[in-house]
Amino acid sequence: MSKRYEIRFSGAGGQGLITAGIILAEAASIVENQYAVQSQSYGPEARGGASKSEVIISDSPIDYPKATLVDACLALTQEAADKYVDTIKPGGLLLLDTDFVKRPPAGDFKIYRFPIINTAKNDIGRAIVANVVALGAMVALTGIVKRESGEKAVLSRVPEAFVELNKKAYNAGYERVKAILG
Amino acid sequence: MAKKVALLQGNEACAYGALYAGCSFFGGYPITPSTEVAEVLARELPKTGGKFIQMEDEIGAMASVLGAALTGVKALTASSGPGISLKQELIGYACIAEIPCVIVNVMRGGPSTGMPTGPSQSDIMQARWGTHGDHAAIAVAPASCQEIFSETVRAFNLAETYRMPVQILLDEINGHMRERIELPEPGDLEVVDRQAPPVSPDQYLPYDPSFGDVPPLAAFGSEYRFHVTGLNKAADGFPTTKAKLVDAEERRQIRKVEANRDQIEKNEEYMVDDAEILIVAIGTISRSARHAVNELRKQGQKVGLFRPITLWPFPERRIAELAGQVKVIIVPEMNLGQMILEVERVIKGACALHGIGRVDGEPISPSQIMDKVKEVY
Repeated sequence: MSKRYEIRFSGAGGQGLITAGIILAEAASIVENQYAVQSQSYGPEARGGASKSEVIISDSPIDYPKATLVDACLALTQEAADKYVDTIKPGGLLLLDTDFVKRPPAGDFKIYRFPIINTAKNDIGRAIVANVVALGAMVALTGIVKRESGEKAVLSRVPEAFVELNKKAYNAGYERVKAILG
Repeated sequence: MAKKVALLQGNEACAYGALYAGCSFFGGYPITPSTEVAEVLARELPKTGGKFIQMEDEIGAMASVLGAALTGVKALTASSGPGISLKQELIGYACIAEIPCVIVNVMRGGPSTGMPTGPSQSDIMQARWGTHGDHAAIAVAPASCQEIFSETVRAFNLAETYRMPVQILLDEINGHMRERIELPEPGDLEVVDRQAPPVSPDQYLPYDPSFGDVPPLAAFGSEYRFHVTGLNKAADGFPTTKAKLVDAEERRQIRKVEANRDQIEKNEEYMVDDAEILIVAIGTISRSARHAVNELRKQGQKVGLFRPITLWPFPERRIAELAGQVKVIIVPEMNLGQMILEVERVIKGACALHGIGRVDGEPISPSQIMDKVKEVY
């Protein structure tokens, strides 16, 4: 029986969520040799507006490339949380940004929260790496790829000068969720 | 040695497939959701001496592709519905003047500028009949990123083999989604190159039917001098209105595809052997259908999938055969009923036929197909 796992990164256009999805797909398919498909939908706006990136990971070839029932969902904005939670699998996982999703949506899923964007801004020092913080967090939450695989995929994408920054961001997200999970 | 692998977008895979096939010219005009094809080639072509040009519009882009292709190089353009509409006059020119070239259409909603960022399969009939007049058409509709690469290579081969324009139909979903692909090494996939005419320049006629249905094309601008026109022409390339010549010319151009269907057609069949319900789908929606087939099989339903990879010429013989075996055919497509018309034409009422159409910018989901199966069978 094939094991299909669906992950959604959602938020606003410009937050780097498509990149986060691409990196996760690379971690799964290039680093770990699993099957993965990454897709996205976005509006015509380059910035703002609800944006999502989906990654399907499986141990066998993937037919339908879009999400059917999402196993784990990230939402960085209230709009994305309200718009995209309706297809989360019963008992699925939802990770929210504490500061930007003030009203967690109700439903049959487990909610985890921490200040993702402010972790990037205050602890790492650059809001721009919030997507990498989120990626580390989602890897910790789902366990769908190994911690090292995610880190390897992140680092293979960034220029030399930003390696340390991204490494810190990825591991901060990972550690935060590990602490929540206990 | 292990193959080189990469996580590539469908549009990127298309561009790399074109490079593998030996494409050395791209003339285009950017349009969502096709632009990544141009982006990759703008970066890669100059590295190997190829040429990339962004023209003033889609018409100019198609004209540049025809000009380049005539000189002997493999040429590509990529666009989406609105741009493909503008190219139609010159696609017809490529048909009648028999100029090999490849046109990528990453389909989005329409008509007109429609929905730029939404997926669609509403150019199925345009790919067949978009330009006026009787003409043959070849179009391929790959489903995965790996197949987009290999079908792009095959599209160039078909263009060169049959000396005509070939279209590649993608949609916003498989154009933009990323999958791991194994990058073929040189020699892994067949690459067909244009052959020089076997006669000297003074004996050369660009449309000489004594060579068969596909006369060899010399490089325009070389010592082979010839005339190219959009008018019906004689073997020497100059316009003619002689009834016999025009008739023979028109029929030869249709025949070169019709008589070679076995070489051109390519389909995939999945669980059709004992199928009572057959889903006929292309591209991204064939992947929804495959998911639905797997789920329905678990529930004991005898469902199968027939996927035309060559969309045009339409695989009529095989679909007619399967219509004699199954009880129901379902055609899901991201339009309001185009491919189903072709299925209806070829099955001649041999089994029941139902369509699923969707044009709201969302893909037809596996559950939508499963619901339809349960509704009709």
